[in-house]
Amino acid sequence: MKGLRIEGLIVSYGRRRVVEGLDLPPLMPGEIAVLAGPNAAGKSTLLKGIAGLLPTRGRVIFGDRDLAALSSGDRAQTLGFMPQTLPSGAALSVLESVIAARSASGEGAGADHAAMAVLERLGIGALALEPLDRLSGGQRQMVGLAQALVRDPALLLLDEPTSALDMARQVRLLSEVRRVAAEGRVVLAVLHDLALAAQWADRIAVLHKGRLHSFGTPAEVVTPAMLAEVYGVEARVERCSRGRLMVLIDGETV
Amino acid sequence: MQTASLHRYHALNRRRVLLVAAMLAVALLAVVADLMTGPAGLPLAETLGALTGWGEVARSADVIVWQVRLPVALMALLVGAALALAGAEMQTVLENPLAEPFTLGVSASAALGAATAIVLGLSLPGLPAVWSVSANAFLFALGALALLQLMGRLRGGGPEVLILCGIALNFTAGAFLSLLQFVASADALQQLVFWTMGSLAAASWPGVTVLAVVLAVTAPFSLKAAWQLTALRLGEEQARSFGVDVVRLRRWSLLRVSLLAASAVSMVGVIGFVGLAGPHIARMLLGEDHRFFLPGSLLTGAVVMSLASLVSKTVVPGVLLPVGLVTSLIGLPIFFSLILRRRGR
Repeated sequence: MKGLRIEGLIVSYGRRRVVEGLDLPPLMPGEIAVLAGPNAAGKSTLLKGIAGLLPTRGRVIFGDRDLAALSSGDRAQTLGFMPQTLPSGAALSVLESVIAARSASGEGAGADHAAMAVLERLGIGALALEPLDRLSGGQRQMVGLAQALVRDPALLLLDEPTSALDMARQVRLLSEVRRVAAEGRVVLAVLHDLALAAQWADRIAVLHKGRLHSFGTPAEVVTPAMLAEVYGVEARVERCSRGRLMVLIDGETV
Repeated sequence: MQTASLHRYHALNRRRVLLVAAMLAVALLAVVADLMTGPAGLPLAETLGALTGWGEVARSADVIVWQVRLPVALMALLVGAALALAGAEMQTVLENPLAEPFTLGVSASAALGAATAIVLGLSLPGLPAVWSVSANAFLFALGALALLQLMGRLRGGGPEVLILCGIALNFTAGAFLSLLQFVASADALQQLVFWTMGSLAAASWPGVTVLAVVLAVTAPFSLKAAWQLTALRLGEEQARSFGVDVVRLRRWSLLRVSLLAASAVSMVGVIGFVGLAGPHIARMLLGEDHRFFLPGSLLTGAVVMSLASLVSKTVVPGVLLPVGLVTSLIGLPIFFSLILRRRGR
């Protein structure tokens, strides 16, 4: 079976278990799944666990392979990870950083053309020769996405990809993520903004204290009951004229 | 648009190749200039004649070039190259622009090793006496880096832990060195102080050969890891998500650094600045694509050290200053002016 399944996954930071034996129903190619939940719910930790960046126990099955059992090189051929931020201080241009993302493991042939193509596709081709350190926060996030996409991964993991983006760039990035998913990839993204998640996600998984609280379509998951229980807010969920979900916060729950 | 940017990228890389080639040429010129300089000045024609064996060359010129000056000049070149390459790799794998063999206690440990030979007379059994200082310095420097490696492997050990341990090591080795200086005889003390100032005076053909071999063995592996090291500049997490086995990369890189730094320092004593400045100057000129950055650092270090050797012979006529003093005193102001000018842009 294609798609991503997670069985009994435990992810730890040092000795502290952040994600506790989590199961996630299959996420299918072509779908955007969003990990939502309050601060410290374990969203980014889960994402990094799936990406193999933190020590895990349990199984992360993609297609018919257990990603957790692969070498870092093999794993990198399957998945792309976009971090929340890129570190500063590297004397590299945007294009060089994306070429390095592709050449660091596996074949380097044609990496320059592949890197340039990804930058063009994301609409940041004009930044190709700019030094990384001169970019704005939003531009850096777009470059992070380019680095994740340049190896053409079948599984794309995005850690708060829109946190530094203005509204237009949020739409641009998520439209691109939608296209990337439609090409048959599995996309799993951590998003803070539930309205954004409800608009773009096919499935939402809500994490609460390291466990899966609820999973389903936005309409199934984003409910006043969930908002009260997980976020501790009193809220209404309305539909606008175009049928989209709107979350209106009235106050904290007492 | 796409092709225009790619064209400019390829043109930039061609310029970098030319720049690296130019650095090589400057390094060779610096060696020739170094050979021409000394108590007995040699004209260019005679120096080149002695080097190549073409034309009529006085026997004295031949002896001066081959026996006296060439080992010193080549040692300067190789030490600069080794320390700067070690510094460049260290700065990348420890993710800190201040990392270099000097700041992380490798040089101090080597000095302590030298002191055990000079003051306590300890040496490896079966080793000729002339090598005992270098051998002990080498072992102590290697031991220091092995200790750092070990610390890095402990639970929770990362670049920050390594750097803090390096700094602690620096002070510890310094304290033991002071202790040995305290108990040393006047003769031994003088010899030790001279050693810690860094000097090319003891350069010999066997020493040059050893260092050349170490450099020839390690540099290709450094270059082979160039893309992985470049990826590491984008952050450890990113590099790992690109498929780089960062733990393994760091381990092998620090092994190369250990060999380079330990052999360089054991030959000439404590020489600061080159391991720090070589990579910084190369970074300003070439960026951090490590395919250019690593050879650029190596060559910058070689040039800086060759020039320092030249200056150490000329600044006070008739006196050969310890080259470590020259690199620190003259190199630092130049280095800072470079950095400040860069910042001012």
